[in-house]
Formats: sequence, structure tokens, C-alpha cells
Amino acid sequence: MIPETVIQDAAHEITRQAAIRIPEDYRTGIRDIRAGEQGALSCFVLDTMVDNWDAAVADQRPMCADTGLPRYYVKFGNEAVIQGGFVALERALRRATAHATVSVPLRPNRVHPLTREDHNNNVGSRAPEIEYSVEPDADWLDITTVHKGGLFGTDYRMLFPGDGWDGIKKMFLDTMIQFGRRGLACQPAIVGVGIGGSKDTCMVLGKQAACLRVVGDRHPDPEIAKLEDELKELGNQIGMGPMGFVGNSMVVDCHIEIAHTHTGGMPVSIHSFCLSSRRAVVRIYDNGSTEFRTDPKWFTTYHRREEVE
Amino acid sequence: MTKAQQKIIELDAPASAERLAALNIGDVVYINGLVYTGREGVYRRILDQGEKPPTDLAKLSNINFHCSPAASIDSDGNYTVGAVTATASFRFSKWMERWFNLTDCKVVIGKGGMPQSDYRDYFVPKGAVYLTTVGYGTGALLGRGIKHVPKAYWVDELGIAQAIWILEVEHFGPFLVESDIRGNSLFEESKQEIDKNIEALYAGLKKPALRRYGETTKRTDEVI
Repeated sequence: MIPETVIQDAAHEITRQAAIRIPEDYRTGIRDIRAGEQGALSCFVLDTMVDNWDAAVADQRPMCADTGLPRYYVKFGNEAVIQGGFVALERALRRATAHATVSVPLRPNRVHPLTREDHNNNVGSRAPEIEYSVEPDADWLDITTVHKGGLFGTDYRMLFPGDGWDGIKKMFLDTMIQFGRRGLACQPAIVGVGIGGSKDTCMVLGKQAACLRVVGDRHPDPEIAKLEDELKELGNQIGMGPMGFVGNSMVVDCHIEIAHTHTGGMPVSIHSFCLSSRRAVVRIYDNGSTEFRTDPKWFTTYHRREEVE
Repeated sequence: MTKAQQKIIELDAPASAERLAALNIGDVVYINGLVYTGREGVYRRILDQGEKPPTDLAKLSNINFHCSPAASIDSDGNYTVGAVTATASFRFSKWMERWFNLTDCKVVIGKGGMPQSDYRDYFVPKGAVYLTTVGYGTGALLGRGIKHVPKAYWVDELGIAQAIWILEVEHFGPFLVESDIRGNSLFEESKQEIDKNIEALYAGLKKPALRRYGETTKRTDEVI
């Protein structure tokens, strides 16, 4: 049985780690994209970002003061048992967020959408978001936290089957360019593309594709993997780099996730993670032991299954 | 790999007219002295609702940072600032002219700048410049530059994120000069160059079945 206190401590720790330490896959992605960058200002920005990540770890302070909207993705092993059940889990995650807001500290970003009242703890109505998935034949609990800025870099459109791949490419270019100017999207980013589902699943999938897959990962369907390569290349041909300066660094990697959709439609969503792509993961075993990592391993074969069962 | 060759400047706050006149777009700037944060919460309260500023900002500094720190306040009222990162400034341009008149601010630091017309209309007549943060997420580097937080105003009224934070800084940066006192703009310069390639990227892609209501039709238009 997994104790609530272990969950709260582990969730606090990943919230702290996510804020301070850039995931290794992203750091490597930036190193590789920097090696091919020609624009002088773009190079200056990328070098400064690496300096910033080093300063964050050395000083143990957040790499970016915009905490974004800290949230959790929870994957349940089907045999996992939590002391106090789901209510205890959600309580632990809310408490961990409030505690980390003071202890790290994180900027208290969460406000009431109309009154703008700030609880100063990043907790509120439906905050932090908690999303769930399950995995068969396991007794562990995986908790991933993601801190993603939220104002720019995302778009959703209902495209139609006849728009085809051209339609997705055009939308991709539109999104990269409109939010790339002045660097509103804080590029170069991991770009997630959600294709299909209903409107809401399309948005959720695209965001998860950006935030829950690591640089270098490819979709198991070779056709989709090819499209990921193609969009990555397209983004880096725009002629734009970080902050919208002249360059060729827009997309550190591109991840596509699909969901079966309405026969008449092809909803598409595009999401840019950012130069401070913050994610951290903990696996909590039934005996209460913990293992920390940065790859969420969210999109499992089971999670992407298509058959009736 | 290209190594950027840029002029690096240490700027004392309050910034003198002479030092500001010497800045050119693309220069790298570090700041020493006092700066204050202020964004929509502060502008609304003072400029729209007519509230008196909580202190004489003009006397304190002439550098306004569009930011809110990752900070906490302990039970003794002491401040801990971990990281600071700018927020997008274009949303605040409608307040700039009145803000300059009220506070004699000469340096605005933020994310992403403003349309060049705003610099020409509001900044140039006041001899003000715009500095942009780099990245945008050099929160740790900027956090390092903060040596002391003498005071924060309106934390209860506006919350930590929107309050006025007075920051005592040393080698605080890097920032890039986005607009100089002549109203030149680094972002506009990049845009002109990048726009040359834009239409070619779309060549051969067919139009989607459904257009977007009220959409911008020119790809060289900005969305800000």
C-alpha cells in the first residue's frame, strides 16, 4: 500500500526538481540545434539559456520565474493501492504544490480568472490539474509534473479530411510563425501536435505530446514518425530562431499523437513547450520506495491501443 | 558555429540620458542599482483607478521591469526571491505614455517588446529605451543579480505576482537593447529579414476548406 505522506513528499520533490533542473534530453536537443545555428543573435540567446540552466542548478533556484501552470499526470498501475484512496492522492498533490510554492519558491501564478484573486500557493479551483491514465500488470504509481507557460504558442483548428497533410503543414507554419515572432512562444521548443479525437481530446493530446515525450522519441507508427520528422524540419526552415531573431532553431523536436475522430473532421492542435521545458517524474512502488527520472513514459502501447479487447 | 560579437554595457540606475543615448539595438546590458517591477495590476490601480503610488517611484529609480518574481514572504516579513522572468510587454503599451508622464521612467524591461510605432509615439519623445530579457527564461541568472529586496508594495492588494517589488541589483542581466532612443527596433529588423522567406514556405500548399472568421490575411502581420 502506498502511503499518502510518501506521495506528498515525492510530489514536492518532483515539483522542486522540475523547476530547477532542465531535463537532459532537452539540454542535448538544444546542444544539437545550437551546433547548426548560423544566426549570431540566435547563438547568443541559446548560449545564455545554457548559462541560465547551469546557474539554476548551482544556486538551486528556478530556471524561469514564470512557474507556468504546475500540474500533474498520474499513471496508475492497475494493482496499485493508495492509502486513503484517490481522495488522499489528490490531497497530497494539492498540498505538495502549495508547499513547493513557498519552499522553492515558485511564483504563485494561479489566480481567479475573473477577480484575479491570488491564493499565493498555486492551488485553486481545478488547480493543479490532475490527469490520469492506467497501466496493466503493475503495482506502482507514476507521477509526472509539468510546469508549462501558458499564454502563447498554442492553436486549435477544425480541419477537414480534404485539407489533408497540406492543411496540417499550413497550420503548423502559421502557429510557428505567428507565435515565433519576438519569441512569444519561448522557442526553440518541443512541439506537440494532436490530431483527431473530439475537440477537447485533440487539445489534451497535443499538449501531452509536447510535454510528456522526450527529445528523440518517435511514434511507433512509422508513418506518423515520418510526419514528426517532416514537421520538425519544416519548422527549422522558417528562418527564425529564439526570440524571433534570424536563425534556424524553432523546433527541438516534434511529437504527434492521434485519436480516432469524427468521419467528417480532422481536428488539429499545436502546442509549444518552451526553453524552460520543465518536467520531472517519480515512480512510487507498493513498498513506498521511490525512483526519480525525467521521461514520463506516458504513451505506452496500452495507452495507445486501438482494439476492442 | 557562430560566436556572437556584441557590445556589453554596465548601466547604473537611475539611468542617465547620456548613457541611454549611447545604447544601440543589439547591445547587451547589465544593470546596477535599484529597479522596480510593475505590470497590469499596478498600471490599472494607479493609472485607471487613480490610486496614489505607494512611494515616489520617480525618486527611487527610472527603470520599470515588466515582471513578477518567484518570491515568498516569511512570517517575519522577509522576502526570498528565487528567480525573475519578464512578462510580455505588448499588453501594457496602452499605459506607457501616462506611466512615463507620471514616473519619469526612462527604461522599460520586459519580454518581446512592443510594436515599433509605440516606441516612436511614446518612447522616443521621452528619451526612453526598451530592453528585452533573453530567451525567455533566464530566471536563474536574473535571480542571481538581485542582491537585496528592500521593499515590496501592495502584496496584499495585488498578490505576489502583481505587486511592486523594489529590487537592488548588481550585474543584473543580460538584457538586449530592443529599442534605442531613436526608436529603432531589433525585433522589427529581424522581422524584415525573416519576412522575405515567408511566402515561399507556403508555396504549393492548398488552401483549407474552412477559413477562419476575421483572420489576418497577411503573413507578415504580427498578432500582437
